[in-house]
Amino acid sequence: MSTDSNTKYVGKAPSRVEGPLKVTGQAKYSAEFSVPDLVYGYVVSSPVAKGKIRKIHADKILALPGVIQVFSHENVPTLAWFDRSYKDDVAPGGSPFRPLHDDEIKFSQQPVALVVAETFELARYAASVLEIEYEQEKHATDVEALREKGQEPGSGKTGYKPPVRRGNADKGLSKAEHRIKQEYIHGTQHHNPMEIFGATVHYHPDGKLTVYDKTQGVYNCQQYLKKVFGLSADKARVVNLFMGGGFGAGLRPQYELFLSVLAALELKRSIRLSLTRQQMFSLGHRPHTVQTVELGTGPGGELLGLKHKAVHETSRFEEYTENVVNWSGMLYQCPDVHLEYEVVPLDVFTPLDMRAPGAATGSIGLEVAMDEMAYEAGIDPLEFRRRNYADRDQNEDKPFSSKKLREVYDEGARRFGWDQRKMEPRSMREGNKLVGWGMAGGVWDASMQKAAAKASITADGKLTVSSAAGENGTGTYTVMTQIAAETLGLPMEAVTAKLGDTTLPEAPVQGGSWTAATVGSAVKSVCEALGEKLLKLAQKMDDSPLKGAKPEDVEFVNGLIRLRKEPRQSVVLRDVLQVSGEREIEADSSVMPNPLNMQKYSMHAHNAVFVEVQVDEDLGTIHVTRVVNVVAAGRIINQKTARSQVLGSVVWGISMALMEETVMDHRYGRYMNHNYAEYHVPVNADVRDIEVHFVEEEDPHVNPLGVKGIGEVGLLGVAAAITNAVYHATGKRVRSLPLTIDKLL
Amino acid sequence: MSTVSTTSAADGQLRPLVPPSPVTLRINGQDHTLQLAPWTSLLDALREYAGLTGTKKGCDHGQCGACTVLVDGKRINSCLTLAVLQEGADITTIEGLGSEHALHPLQQAFIDHDAFQCGYCTPGQICSAQGLINEGKAQTEDEIRELMSGNVCRCGAYVGILAAVKEVVDAKR
Ligand code: FES
Ligand code: FES
Repeated sequence: MSTDSNTKYVGKAPSRVEGPLKVTGQAKYSAEFSVPDLVYGYVVSSPVAKGKIRKIHADKILALPGVIQVFSHENVPTLAWFDRSYKDDVAPGGSPFRPLHDDEIKFSQQPVALVVAETFELARYAASVLEIEYEQEKHATDVEALREKGQEPGSGKTGYKPPVRRGNADKGLSKAEHRIKQEYIHGTQHHNPMEIFGATVHYHPDGKLTVYDKTQGVYNCQQYLKKVFGLSADKARVVNLFMGGGFGAGLRPQYELFLSVLAALELKRSIRLSLTRQQMFSLGHRPHTVQTVELGTGPGGELLGLKHKAVHETSRFEEYTENVVNWSGMLYQCPDVHLEYEVVPLDVFTPLDMRAPGAATGSIGLEVAMDEMAYEAGIDPLEFRRRNYADRDQNEDKPFSSKKLREVYDEGARRFGWDQRKMEPRSMREGNKLVGWGMAGGVWDASMQKAAAKASITADGKLTVSSAAGENGTGTYTVMTQIAAETLGLPMEAVTAKLGDTTLPEAPVQGGSWTAATVGSAVKSVCEALGEKLLKLAQKMDDSPLKGAKPEDVEFVNGLIRLRKEPRQSVVLRDVLQVSGEREIEADSSVMPNPLNMQKYSMHAHNAVFVEVQVDEDLGTIHVTRVVNVVAAGRIINQKTARSQVLGSVVWGISMALMEETVMDHRYGRYMNHNYAEYHVPVNADVRDIEVHFVEEEDPHVNPLGVKGIGEVGLLGVAAAITNAVYHATGKRVRSLPLTIDKLL
Repeated sequence: MSTVSTTSAADGQLRPLVPPSPVTLRINGQDHTLQLAPWTSLLDALREYAGLTGTKKGCDHGQCGACTVLVDGKRINSCLTLAVLQEGADITTIEGLGSEHALHPLQQAFIDHDAFQCGYCTPGQICSAQGLINEGKAQTEDEIRELMSGNVCRCGAYVGILAAVKEVVDAKR
């Protein structure tokens, strides 16, 4: 690296700036803030899926010394009345669940009471012996049995796009030389971030609250508190400095927020409330989905017709939607496409966006079907995809702002050694292990939201940038620091990034892979605004070589402001600050997506995944021995954290393919394996070689940073590629995930 | 329609509770005397009473490893033991391994290899890795993978965790 580019950080691989806090246990998660005179809450959950609460016998436990209160629908104060008060930024259509609202039970594990006591041990004990009588009614929880009852959703939630259709898929299929039609199913999944949901509410002597909540959106939670409890913004500060994983689980305000704030307000005391791992299976889930895919090809392997239908459950009170089938209309070129999407209301809690919602599901259906089609047509699966490459987004009939999927295919195939693959299933082995190679891929929206940021620099050259975004492991602090440092030519050590606090400028919920694009753009914009102020101050200095220069004529590099054309003409930024006599210089800014570009272009990230599995011929045990995941997602700001995101996505894909499923006992309408032992996720020994590679795209249209986001795209195709590899290894096509041994033998 | 009732104690009577009493724990070389109900787990004692929240709770049932600490040099799940049972033992938590400005080699290696994302499993992973090093068994990558498999990382940082632990294990040889 030349000394000339010391402060060029974007695109490099600096370590996480918050790393030292995390590895030493000093990073504070929501249930860890130390607040004086805490009381503790413990939630009691309904064992029935549908019915009524007849009686809560709170008196017995209230008699225990140290038990302070039992909150339930029997004593909850009057709160906001209208549904809209309970709707958060990302709520789907319908009527949001209100904790402790009335005696009605709508889903198993519904919170029915909050026990508050002087210690955690006491609250937990008292909750365990609280006697409650329920009237049980008949429930329905089985989406597979009720799939015919599906209906096209009405409005759905923000971002939901009703499936598109074009041409005549039946006609297209009827002309096909080869055809397949199959059904694909995967079970319910729960986000299960490592940190348990919890909140610490600090009740200040003046009645103001500081709410440390586990959430992906502090502003979203504050809005909720304002509307539901009628609190003003200055009375309800919501903070989340670190989140022990979200994956979507913290997109909506969860019930620990409602319950802890309720108790704090009623008791006028500070409270800590942590849910249990078991209770985290009542916070929303990736729905159990049944998909049907039909494909047909012409003589050259070209797709002539495509049909994709998906059905999954929603709750009885909200209409949860995700875009499952839409991707099938845009990933490959096809003239005749019919996409269908339905939801079935059941007696379960409303599903909730979980990493790559919709796309992760849809890519299983489409990408396994594509493999089946390739075999039916006798074409190599990668070659088959190349032959059906979409140069335009046919769903929207728009060009892509950038798309390097061809390069992704080439790079992935080369790194994996795909050309050594024999097409024939069961044709490769190592000892008693059947070896299989499979591939798949996917597409995800590159989006950006509205966000604001603030920057301030002090006389000693220390810069602080802030925006109320979230950090749940994605590297937000680091990315903000890199962009700020580079924009103002400062070393990263001179920059402090602040986030996750409603006293900071507003940012959207952390989701949809839009944080880097959104908050990154806001940070860049605010640092540029600050830079303009600094330039003006620099020009006021005696003999300033920058006199008359416009902002676009200068650059901030290595602690200098210098002329782009004559880099020797420069001033030292520190001197500017000292001479100015100002203690602190501030700037504010906000950014929005460019509607013109959005109208003109289809903006998407793509990936392709190549997988090797080894299957024990006798036992049916499957090991994913090698994965190459190549991603094209615009510009990569931090190679290190971006790689980790994709590595994590691969682990998630292994999990989806082979392990993860929440199993419902339909007799009780209750999840049976709602704990971390029986809800299987990969451990270290399940993970072998994973190689991540980025094909960078120059994309001037997508946002000022050229960033598309990588939180979700890396997951796409992983589960399908594993499924396809297992077919290649064994000759057995399994169409129901997770692909457990029993399905293989 | 049927009726379901969650019942309290078998005979409907709640027994008076055993009151909290002082328990002295030696944590990171320092004695802490805490007023604890006898059924307080070591994990809750650390987090809620000693103010040491570096040790994490991911399940409270011995299923995830987030609560791993070292007791007399051996790694254990602190949610699976009662605080009173550890009186007299030498307890080391993540706070005792190193600090922000004096990082333990494992802590540094975790940062260098980006062996975490959200960081919530990390203190447990690091304590577990120190326990593994103390055991002196794991040398190869496969052995490390196997013997680090009691610590779940939902963010899926296993590739980095392996690299970080291997680096420190190798340096010790
Ligand atoms: S919290 Fe102890 S093992 Fe999960
Ligand atoms: S770093 Fe998030 S669970 Fe391991």
